[in-house]
Amino acid sequence: MLKRVHFGPSWLPFALVAPQIIITVVFFIWPASQALYQSLLVEDPFGLKTEFVWFDNFIELFGDEHYLGAFQRTIFFSFSVAFLSMTFALTLAAMADRVIKGATTYRTFLIWPYAVAPVVSGALWVFMFDPTLGIFTYTLGALGYEWNHKLNGGEAMFLVIIASAWKQVAYNFLFFLAAMQSIPKSLIEAAAIDGAGPTRRFFSIILPLISPTTFFLMVINVVFAFFETFGIVHAVTAGGPAKATEILVYKVFNDGFIGLDLGGSAAQSVILMLIVISLTVIQFRYVEKRVEY
Amino acid sequence: MAEIHLNKVHKSYGADEVLHGVDWHIRDGEFVVIVGPSGCGKSTLLRMIAGLEGISQGEISIGERVVNDLEPAERDIAMVFQNYALYPHMSVYNNMAYGLKIKGIAKDEIEKRVNRTAEILEIRDYLKRSPRQLSGGQRQRVAMGRAIVREPSVFLFDEPLSNLDAKLRVQMRLEIKKLQERLGITSVYVTHDQVEAMTLGHRLMVLNGGYVEQLGTPIELYERPATAFVAGFIGSPSMNFLDAKISEDGKKAVFPGGDALDLPGDLAKHANHRVTVGMRPEHLQVDEGKSETTSQTVQVVEHLGADTLVHGTFGSGNSDLIVRLKGIRTIGKGEVLPLAIDPRNIHVFDPDSGKRLDS
Ligand SMILES: Nc1ncnc2c1ncn2[C@@H]1O[C@H](COP(=O)(O)OP(=O)(O)O)[C@@H](O)[C@H]1O
Ligand SMILES: [Mg+2]
Repeated sequence: MLKRVHFGPSWLPFALVAPQIIITVVFFIWPASQALYQSLLVEDPFGLKTEFVWFDNFIELFGDEHYLGAFQRTIFFSFSVAFLSMTFALTLAAMADRVIKGATTYRTFLIWPYAVAPVVSGALWVFMFDPTLGIFTYTLGALGYEWNHKLNGGEAMFLVIIASAWKQVAYNFLFFLAAMQSIPKSLIEAAAIDGAGPTRRFFSIILPLISPTTFFLMVINVVFAFFETFGIVHAVTAGGPAKATEILVYKVFNDGFIGLDLGGSAAQSVILMLIVISLTVIQFRYVEKRVEY
Repeated sequence: MAEIHLNKVHKSYGADEVLHGVDWHIRDGEFVVIVGPSGCGKSTLLRMIAGLEGISQGEISIGERVVNDLEPAERDIAMVFQNYALYPHMSVYNNMAYGLKIKGIAKDEIEKRVNRTAEILEIRDYLKRSPRQLSGGQRQRVAMGRAIVREPSVFLFDEPLSNLDAKLRVQMRLEIKKLQERLGITSVYVTHDQVEAMTLGHRLMVLNGGYVEQLGTPIELYERPATAFVAGFIGSPSMNFLDAKISEDGKKAVFPGGDALDLPGDLAKHANHRVTVGMRPEHLQVDEGKSETTSQTVQVVEHLGADTLVHGTFGSGNSDLIVRLKGIRTIGKGEVLPLAIDPRNIHVFDPDSGKRLDS
């Protein structure tokens, strides 16, 4: 029989995990349970009266066309961000995969946007597309297109998508490049001998073999677009014009902190929580299935 | 069907030259083997023929065409990789059909060809499986099938058997040889295994450190190795090498202990020079007192069944010597074996350049 190693009762193990536990409790468990509780209440804007209403807040949400509109908008926004940033990152990775010399330099440059805070990223794009000062606005003007995302909802949406996608490109690029480089070189060479040109090799060999990574990134990007784009939206459009870029996370903020509908806002964030939990479950369930070489 | 010409082929990686000028004419339908120790440049040379590596200097032609600037796909070759390089996301059938589809061959024709090839290689039952579901030997067959089905004019093999276990390796070796004879397609085969090389190749190229040591048939390499390297590389156990001096009259090799052996020819022009004398273990035979020329003091005896390997020291000196005797012999440690060798089986090399010295 193997003897187990026994440690005497000690405060040390508790002390070692305490910081993580405290952070999780203070910044996640506590606010999440507050939101959960709050979502079942109706409170008047001055916080004088609170009433427990069970699921009324949720029922009301799903009957609210503004909310459903925001939901649709968010789905469109998320998939556009995921698609745009992944396609762009994939193209870059495919090019970097062929260049081995200087690949580290590429990687270093390409990771920079990821280190930029969402708000700053948003601010950069706001400056470049500013209707009066922006360099792109100027260029578009010279080409005969009048850009004003402060008035045109479509343009505003386009701008937040670009700003969000740009931020994710670096992350996606790194994963795509790593996935491509883990494909044995002899496979590509065999395909080259079989007569496949670079484009054909990409679509018939490389793309299928990196599909687990693609799926993983897809989930990651959707999660990012759903939940972490608040800063970008806030800096670029503040949800406007006329709510054209009000996505779900932004609506939570708007309804809760500006509109002071705390119950409704909490119900919205509970729904967001459920979405992120299900996306995470999907990810763990399917990403485990790996391609073997 | 094609012949291959290598014309002063060099390869450099940056400032490092790894192949220092290779010339070879491989005839149509020939099975040639490039053999040498690890890192000598075998794969590099093969990959240059395939078009997977650029040619730094010189010219390679396949058939009538100089292929230096042609893509691998345009060279009409097929290659079998050491790790098989099967497409993991495609079935065995699709692995084999991939190249044909790209060529734009009609679907029913592809099906006919894949089935025929699968028949030859006995992999018909696995066509629907994915490579993951196959054993090493089966993957090996699929890799061969993928090469054969394209009916190329040249086959290239890069150590295709080195991932298999010993028994399967011997079996596949024979199959590859039969297959090549049956198809008659010019084949270049790379290996570091001298037995594989000797048994498979019509002709061999022995490479060492990027230099061609010798070109020739297996028998030529065995009987007249051009350098001490080739002499030591071909044959197992390896040839014995002993320091010696050529006698005044050039007819004998004199060893440090005072022993002397007759030479195959007159080496008077090397009289009194230091040389390296090579003798294969199987050419030294026990000679019961008749024309005894030398002896061995026995240290260790190994029984292989068909043969007996005797390790010991040579003559009255203390250089190591291995003798391979036919059959089972009972020989005790410390015994002194009287040995004889036919002078025609004695090889003399320059100790500095390693080159063979002839009369
Ligand atoms: N891409 C490369 N860059 C630099 N050196 C290389 C490269 N490929 C091979 N070499 C060198 O060339 C030599 C021959 O390699 P290789 O042909 O693979 O040997 P082997 O005979 O074992 O197949 C080795 O010394 C190896 O280090
Ligand atoms: Mg090699």
